Amino acid sequence: MTKQVQQRERVIIRFAGDSGDGMQLTGDRFTSETAEFGNDISTWPDFPAEIRAPAGTLPGVSAFQLQFADHDVTTPGDAPDVLVTMNPAALKSQIADLPAGGDLIVNSDEFTKRNLAKVGYATNPLEDDSLSSYQVHSIPLTSLTVKALEGYSITRKDAERAKNMFALGLLSWLYNRPIETTLAFLERKFAKTPELARANITAFNAGWSFGETTEDFTVRYEVKPAVMPRGLYRNITGNTALAYGLIAAGVQSKLSLFLGSYPITPASDILHELSKHKRFGVRTFQAEDEIAGVGAALGAAFGGALGITTTSGPGVDLKSEAIGLAVALELPLIICDIQRAGPSTGMPTKAEQSDLLLAMFGRHGEAPVPIVAPQSPADCFDAAIEAVRIATTYRTPVFLLSDAYLANGSEPWLVPDVATLPELNVEFATELNHHKPDGTPEFWPYLRDPETLARPWAIPGTPGLEHRIGGIEKADGSGNISYDPSNHDTMVRLRQAKVDGIAASIPPLEVDDPTGDADLLVLGWGSTYGPIGAAVRDVRDEGGKVAQAHLRHLNPFPANTGDVVSRYSRVLIPEMNLGQLAMLIRARFLVDAMSYTSVRGLPFKAVELSEAIREVLSS
Amino acid sequence: MSIPLQGGRKGLDLVPVTDEQATKKDYTSDQEVRWCPGCGDYAILAAVQSFLPDLGLRRENIVCISGIGCAARFPYYLNTYGMHSIHGRAPAIATGLATSRPDLSVWVIGGDGDFMSIGGNHLIHALRRNVNLKLLLFNNRIYGLTKGQYSPTSEVGKITKSTPVGSIDTPFNPVSLALGAEATFVARTIDSDRKHLTSVLRAAAEHRGAAFVEILQNCDIFNDGAFDVLKNPETRDTAVVRLEHGKAITFGANGEKGVRLTGRGGLEVVDTSKVKSETLLVHDVSHTEPALAFMLSRLGNVDDGVTPIGVFRAVDQPAYDDQVNAQIEQAQAAAGTGDLAALLASGDTWTIN
Ligand code: SF4
Repeated sequence: MTKQVQQRERVIIRFAGDSGDGMQLTGDRFTSETAEFGNDISTWPDFPAEIRAPAGTLPGVSAFQLQFADHDVTTPGDAPDVLVTMNPAALKSQIADLPAGGDLIVNSDEFTKRNLAKVGYATNPLEDDSLSSYQVHSIPLTSLTVKALEGYSITRKDAERAKNMFALGLLSWLYNRPIETTLAFLERKFAKTPELARANITAFNAGWSFGETTEDFTVRYEVKPAVMPRGLYRNITGNTALAYGLIAAGVQSKLSLFLGSYPITPASDILHELSKHKRFGVRTFQAEDEIAGVGAALGAAFGGALGITTTSGPGVDLKSEAIGLAVALELPLIICDIQRAGPSTGMPTKAEQSDLLLAMFGRHGEAPVPIVAPQSPADCFDAAIEAVRIATTYRTPVFLLSDAYLANGSEPWLVPDVATLPELNVEFATELNHHKPDGTPEFWPYLRDPETLARPWAIPGTPGLEHRIGGIEKADGSGNISYDPSNHDTMVRLRQAKVDGIAASIPPLEVDDPTGDADLLVLGWGSTYGPIGAAVRDVRDEGGKVAQAHLRHLNPFPANTGDVVSRYSRVLIPEMNLGQLAMLIRARFLVDAMSYTSVRGLPFKAVELSEAIREVLSS
Repeated sequence: MSIPLQGGRKGLDLVPVTDEQATKKDYTSDQEVRWCPGCGDYAILAAVQSFLPDLGLRRENIVCISGIGCAARFPYYLNTYGMHSIHGRAPAIATGLATSRPDLSVWVIGGDGDFMSIGGNHLIHALRRNVNLKLLLFNNRIYGLTKGQYSPTSEVGKITKSTPVGSIDTPFNPVSLALGAEATFVARTIDSDRKHLTSVLRAAAEHRGAAFVEILQNCDIFNDGAFDVLKNPETRDTAVVRLEHGKAITFGANGEKGVRLTGRGGLEVVDTSKVKSETLLVHDVSHTEPALAFMLSRLGNVDDGVTPIGVFRAVDQPAYDDQVNAQIEQAQAAAGTGDLAALLASGDTWTIN
């Protein structure tokens, strides 16, 4: 039958099912097809910490949401237009997010008495009236898939498992996606079991044909490609971009990468990624614990490597002492904290921005550490290079503060031309740099560069520069042990001045204030960039005047930050914590900044932020 | 001490050498040594400063890393590269250094607090991984720098500031612990026995992989005389069992005591005059399994009078850092060094014109 085709500017789809249903894979494939088609995209995988919670239960629900559009999108969207639910648990946990009138695709095979009871449905929602405000497409996905795969010599279980490909085929038909990447992917994935490859492809095609023939779907949608800058694109997650950024920084600085890491959600993928790239000389060390991870990275840095450790909040707690040592040793070190909801174990797969003050102050003594925060998944690439620039130029540990939302979320990335990447020139000390009173030359490991206040990086193997460093306070210049009171005062101030001085090397905070007369500034940092941008855009579309600025450098702040926040009569700071940046801004600049906070482990929705902005504007 | 040369790479094979004959003075830094007068650490420092030049290595390729404690001041006094780090973490820090720099000879210094207590985890993992590190435990069986609390190697019943009516926890036997972690080189020596100390350190230096050396070290302020039984001319001959590779294990002034395997799989001390000499256990450091070395380590430990010293175990197994670097070399040999542009453009891509 011929179907009507309707145009859409943007669509939000959420796939939800049991952890074993392959929803993340389905989402990934749909994303790839959509990227290939040329829409702008933003994705948000939302999955439980448990690897396989009991099948069919609420804690076992795994979801993947994406927004794609014919214009640039900055978030995976607030509420889905289409919700795909593979079982009653997925329906129950997700349905509240589907607006009235939204499309609901349900795998009716899973709505058995037993499965309904498992999640507390007294009656079958597909049969009572409870879903009457949605466009319900109740489809026996499992049995249709099994039927399509009759004749394949695969187990019934494998046939049932292919239902996610049936669903993907259906959605691919519904939005007219190019399917080549998925077919190629399935060939690759099941290269060792060609029968399974053929079966999954058949399931996918069956889903597509089902869309074409069923009367359940009368409309197909079209979302035109977005206008994006020319060039080569790929889709990339934050963790992959971060790993690539570190590798690129290694190439640009000609330093070999050494990663010391202990597996932890949601940072482990960086360890996995970096461990693949031995051709770049990357050494990855899966340590016995978090402390050994950072310790080994610091040891490698002493030897002239680019030392990196990757972790999340609980790991940072454990690494604090070693990071303090790195502050004292004044050696480059990159600490990647992929923030998750805390305190303690908290919610390991859920996002939060609650480690800002930990990164700022979480060490004993005066131990300043620069902080860089990426604002989108792809931006993790540039932020990683920037963190390395600061660490190597200023000989200091640097925090790279990503979060679970950036780590797993993805967006199209305009692959940069390698020739345009920043040069990171690192020079090791090779010469004696000081004279004793009697004129004999000697080496002073703490003689600073007058401009950056960085000390020389003299690595073992360099003749004549043998020296000892340590955590005990050092005499300014010579680096010898010193308990002299005024020397300690000098050294504490020098270390602080060095970090403060980084501000001279970072670009000013840019403000987006199109009308130039807004009196409200919305200031953010990190992964809230997308939702803040979307909210600000919505408010402006209604004629509201609002300025937006986003901090990439949290320590030190860009030199003009004080001017910017003082220029606006009102400053609103949305954060996924209880107001940590707001506290810093208030303390540093005596500005009466307002906080808007949420700690639900979920990214902000654009609507809640635009609501908050409207409220301030109207007050 | 003659230990068979193991097939593989030797400990110092990748460290550049020099023809210039260095002296103890070259290895002595200009820093004032700040241990208490009479501390056993002085003897160890002198031995290390004297023996290092004989290795013929370039001094700039030697690194000494320590944690916290009296012993941990060691790097400041040695004119090589050095790092005085944080409590317990030196084996981890050194692992990163040794893995990324195969051209260095890396020494790790720690006391019984550093290695046996707060850093115990790092120690056993460095040993089981067989990282190419020389780990010297200065065991004085007491906390010195914090002024005299008992340590994880103190004997049960030790009266200290923190245990006024005696400590109650069972101590570690560091050699047993290292063997339990399957360290590929394990030895024990005594601060005051310069010749033995030097020979053990040399064997450790030449071992490829992790070499663990327990040095019994006198703390004359808080635990003076802890090892007197091993030093006193009247007791030492019957207390110290000198393990020598390839020789029957005997001790006593005239070798009147010996060690042999019992029928039940244990070890026993016997009068050598009463048994056939061929029944005595011949020490072999190269057993693949650490079980026999472990049994020797249980023969006694200072408090029991009988204390074996020397090399317990020295076996040839691939070093962690060598394998890490081999994986990189293999990857590069197979597919060339990394191409950044190709990496960034990998995976599913599309072009917008
Ligand atoms: S306290 Fe004991 S171990 Fe420490 S320096 Fe003094 S004598 Fe040596």
